[in-house]
Amino acid sequence: MTTLGILGAGRVGTSVARAALKAGYTVNIAASGAAEDIALLTEVMTPGATAMTAADAVASADLVVVAVPLHKYRSVDPNLLSGKVVIDAMNYWAPIDGTQDDFEATDLTSSETIADHLAGARLVKSLNHIGYHELEEHGRPSGDPNRRALAVASDDDDAAALVMELIDRLGYDAVMAGPLVAGAAFQPGTNIFGGELTAPELLDELARHRERHLANAEFQRTA
Amino acid sequence: MELGVYSFGDTQRNPDGSLRSTAEAIRNLFDGIVRADEVGLDYFGVGEHHTFEMPASSPGSLIAAAAAATTQITLGSSVSVLSTDDPVRVFQQFSTADAISGGRVEITAGRGSSTESFPLFGYELANYDQLYEEKLDLLLNINANERVTWSGAVRPALHDMAVVPRPASGSLPIWVGTGGSAPSSVRAGRLGMPVVYGIIGGVPAQFAPLAELYRRTAAQAGHSGPSIKVGVAALGMIAPTKEEAKDRWYPGWRRTFESLGAVRGWRAPTRTQFDALSEAPGAYYVGGPDDIAERIAELHDHLGHSRHFLQMDLGGLPQEHFLESITLLGTEVKPRVERLLAKK
Repeated sequence: MTTLGILGAGRVGTSVARAALKAGYTVNIAASGAAEDIALLTEVMTPGATAMTAADAVASADLVVVAVPLHKYRSVDPNLLSGKVVIDAMNYWAPIDGTQDDFEATDLTSSETIADHLAGARLVKSLNHIGYHELEEHGRPSGDPNRRALAVASDDDDAAALVMELIDRLGYDAVMAGPLVAGAAFQPGTNIFGGELTAPELLDELARHRERHLANAEFQRTA
Repeated sequence: MELGVYSFGDTQRNPDGSLRSTAEAIRNLFDGIVRADEVGLDYFGVGEHHTFEMPASSPGSLIAAAAAATTQITLGSSVSVLSTDDPVRVFQQFSTADAISGGRVEITAGRGSSTESFPLFGYELANYDQLYEEKLDLLLNINANERVTWSGAVRPALHDMAVVPRPASGSLPIWVGTGGSAPSSVRAGRLGMPVVYGIIGGVPAQFAPLAELYRRTAAQAGHSGPSIKVGVAALGMIAPTKEEAKDRWYPGWRRTFESLGAVRGWRAPTRTQFDALSEAPGAYYVGGPDDIAERIAELHDHLGHSRHFLQMDLGGLPQEHFLESITLLGTEVKPRVERLLAKK
């Protein structure tokens, strides 16, 4: 698996692109418009990547990263991504980006809402709890005791495995958190989102999150 | 290289940590602008924030007052949160101050990093793209035309309306303020506007590709000349020595990033992080005159920027330290930067 398609040429998209190029991936990047709109941007900000339309970037990709501003998620065409392994690197982060009804008026995690929209895509939540400037700086070789870990959540184990391989090649330990709903443990407001954790620390936080979740469910049953 | 200061206002603290008055903070900020003018600094940028800790909510008002009390310094906003303001009113306030100052006033239009102005003025943060895009378009239209005809979705249309007073030199310099996204750099380049990068973390030299993208986009769009330029707004403070600067600045820095972290879900900041960011090539320009002059000149090698200005007053920085820092920037750092750049 060698080709990454990135939707979004903002801070997250371009930093994922640079990190992936460094890790040896072929990277194709797309914004909302024509390829030539971002040709210069791609040449300067992500040398080695190719600017494309979203349709071309997705068609040629083994793995697609969606890194558009969350409030524009409906602009991503579900037909385009059907059957593709797709990383949702977006966050619902109300203190920064404002409240949005699609994510506020629901108990679903943000990635479950994205999955509803991108029905047919093999969605994996990851790359969302590391800062865009950190992604290029915090990577360490495998086996480094201080290597930072990144969580992965998906209902599709094979898709998750592909993403975990990417994360390892980017310089991070990949930790499987569970099905897509388990992404709740590393959304904004959680210790995982706010911290820089190694794999054992990340596993501890995931376990703590599960315990709290079970306790809440128990409380709601008995209350 | 123009050197200067920017501030959102910084409310002083009582010994128990509680906030003193926001009116005092505005007066302190005014005194800081006057000091910056006296010591020969080139630029002072104001606001806009809407909090008890940072109460400089109305840059146009403060700049109008400062325009009357200063003689040479360029005054601007840093930034005007255009998305939640009326471009007609913003232009009128700044062109009025421009008249008082004799042509020393600029506007920097940005999205702003804080979000309080959206609920305060009744806007949806989720609409900020459209709000910013359309309002910037209207502001540029007003700046270019004495009589304005404009229509859009975010504000009632204007048909052949006069917007006065007109700036002393015909138009106001209007900068794009951005935290450093590639699309914002492209936008500024396409519009042929000067751009200022707010660099509040990471490694400033890593903004070099963005500055290159901005300049090449401008050239591609056929823009050249003095309006194609790059400014840097960064965090920092000057004291006689680096150790004094760090010790004076750390408590307010910690307080500010603790409260930001509480809202945004970051971990509490540590002295280790602070020390790392305070050393080259880190983001903070906190130090003595030699150290800061060298770091500004060094960044110039990467960005070719023509203006470098610092937010000094954070988290209740004692006013005497704020004023001393401004003085040192003007009297000690500025001549050193000029000497260093002349050698290159």
